[in-house]
Amino acid sequence: MTEFLQQLINGLAFGSILALIALGYTMVYGILRFINFAHGDVFMLGAFAGFYLAPKIATFLPTPSIGSGLVVMFAAMLICAVIGVVIERFAYRPLRRSPKLTVLITAIGVSLFLEYTGQFVFGAAPKRFPQIIPVYPIAHLGGLSVTSNQLIVLAVTGLLLVGLRFIVLKTKIGMAMRALSFNPEAAALMGVNTDIVISFTFALGSALAAAAGILFAVNYPAIDPLMGILPGLKAFVAAVLGGLIIGTTETFVSGYISSTYRDAIAFAILILILLIKPSGLLGKKEIEKV
Amino acid sequence: MRFRHAKLLLLAALGLSLLVSLFANRINPYALFVLYNIGINIILAVSLNLINGYTGQFSLGHAGFMAVGAYTAAVITNQFGVLNGFESGALFFGALLAGGLCAAVVGLLVGLPTLRLKGDYLAIVTLGFGEIIRVIFQNMNAVGAARGLSVMHGYANFFWVFGFAAVTIYVVTALVHSTYGRGFIAVRDDEIAAEAMGINTTKYKVAAFVIGAFFAGVAGGLYAHSIQFLTPSGFGFMLSITFVVMVILGGMGNTPGVILAAVLLTLMPEGLRKLAGYPHLGWIGDTRMIIYSLMLIVLMLARPQGLFSRRKKFKGATS
Repeated sequence: MTEFLQQLINGLAFGSILALIALGYTMVYGILRFINFAHGDVFMLGAFAGFYLAPKIATFLPTPSIGSGLVVMFAAMLICAVIGVVIERFAYRPLRRSPKLTVLITAIGVSLFLEYTGQFVFGAAPKRFPQIIPVYPIAHLGGLSVTSNQLIVLAVTGLLLVGLRFIVLKTKIGMAMRALSFNPEAAALMGVNTDIVISFTFALGSALAAAAGILFAVNYPAIDPLMGILPGLKAFVAAVLGGLIIGTTETFVSGYISSTYRDAIAFAILILILLIKPSGLLGKKEIEKV
Repeated sequence: MRFRHAKLLLLAALGLSLLVSLFANRINPYALFVLYNIGINIILAVSLNLINGYTGQFSLGHAGFMAVGAYTAAVITNQFGVLNGFESGALFFGALLAGGLCAAVVGLLVGLPTLRLKGDYLAIVTLGFGEIIRVIFQNMNAVGAARGLSVMHGYANFFWVFGFAAVTIYVVTALVHSTYGRGFIAVRDDEIAAEAMGINTTKYKVAAFVIGAFFAGVAGGLYAHSIQFLTPSGFGFMLSITFVVMVILGGMGNTPGVILAAVLLTLMPEGLRKLAGYPHLGWIGDTRMIIYSLMLIVLMLARPQGLFSRRKKFKGATS
């Protein structure tokens, strides 16, 4: 039982990181109907932004502390938001009327570009992420070990989700985002500036990916330019099935069955679910009209 | 493409590759290796073109089928040790066919459930299957798991590689030009209309998948015997993307263009590597892959229909 709870906690922490990345996929998919393959690499850039910013911020803020950790995270989110907007502006916007396959290939190109440029600029070898958040003594609750990092991951994810929900449901631009995902043409006719809303969506999604990158780096402190590939793919699965489900199943499988099969699990679940429900676990069935 | 004298062309190609293979020992080994890669990539790109280009089903798992064929062929030939003469040819031919058949069976297993999905979902699921196949090989101790599997004797030669390339081109072209094959194009152009005309769209999609997987498996076997060492990590989804890029670059459903793209994309890294050897051009070595990815983006922005396609609009795996 204890081990079960332990795996559950580990899984929830990993799953919430996946969920943060997945939100960027879903928001973009909701509006533009294409998979932003480069999203996992924005996650990687978030981690690297934190890596290079942390020593600078340590010069005027006591590090490690919660405050400096948050400042690093927000700075990384800001940088990635700008990167996300730039990617959309130059790679995706010219293709808005093109077949989806063209956009998908472009997205793969952008993803490769970010990875190889990352390898060139940052170096291919894994880097140790500096400690930006203090590690408090591990809480032992009846044999369970909960690290302070895991609690921080859960808390930050929760706060970001509440913030995102507020933006999407209560603000004007959030309303515009929802309008665009219902019907882009009608939204444009109603005076919604589609370009700005799409840019904003990319900024928001990329910022969340950056936050996920920082949280990931804090928990698994080796970062490299290719770190975004697998979490990116898994987060896509998470976007279809829910991040927490993928995160917990994966930790359960690697805990109980075999850790070497871990990377195949997310895909195996995805395939199983899509066989039964081709529109996703919570998706509605869409009828194609001619 | 006009399609006359096809069988004659096929025979000529087979004869020519046999002739060249007799003189292959005069070609330097490095050039020969690059040539083999060209032939193997032609098989992979043309067979993927049947799935992605002609049938419009966006598959990102071609490297997975290639891996199945490569491992099957390698395991079979390793069982028999080193043979010579006619026996070796028969063994290699059998191993290649077995690899292709295994890949085709996997293609059938993958295709039947997944081809109900469309567009992006299909892309992700095929990608997922490719990754699952890779992870399975990574855990299979019988084939060396992550340590890799060495192939005792490389049977690949010019005749086998380019003979199979010619056969692949012939089969795919003959297929899509046949009465039966029109169905593939109908499925791509408008699935609902095709279904309304009485075409069994699922059957066509699965057929394209299985045939594509078969040739990918054969190419895998040739690859195994050309490189003589297999690692699971070599069959990642980056490799699948390389084949997709060949298809896109050549123009979806444009076989001559795809062949040309496969040749170009195999030669490009070698060429850039050569260039990087000259003074003042060393930076190309480090930025080779950045150049490649930028080219891909610029190509998609400037010529989404492919480099060698004359058609203004192409219809690929939309929606």
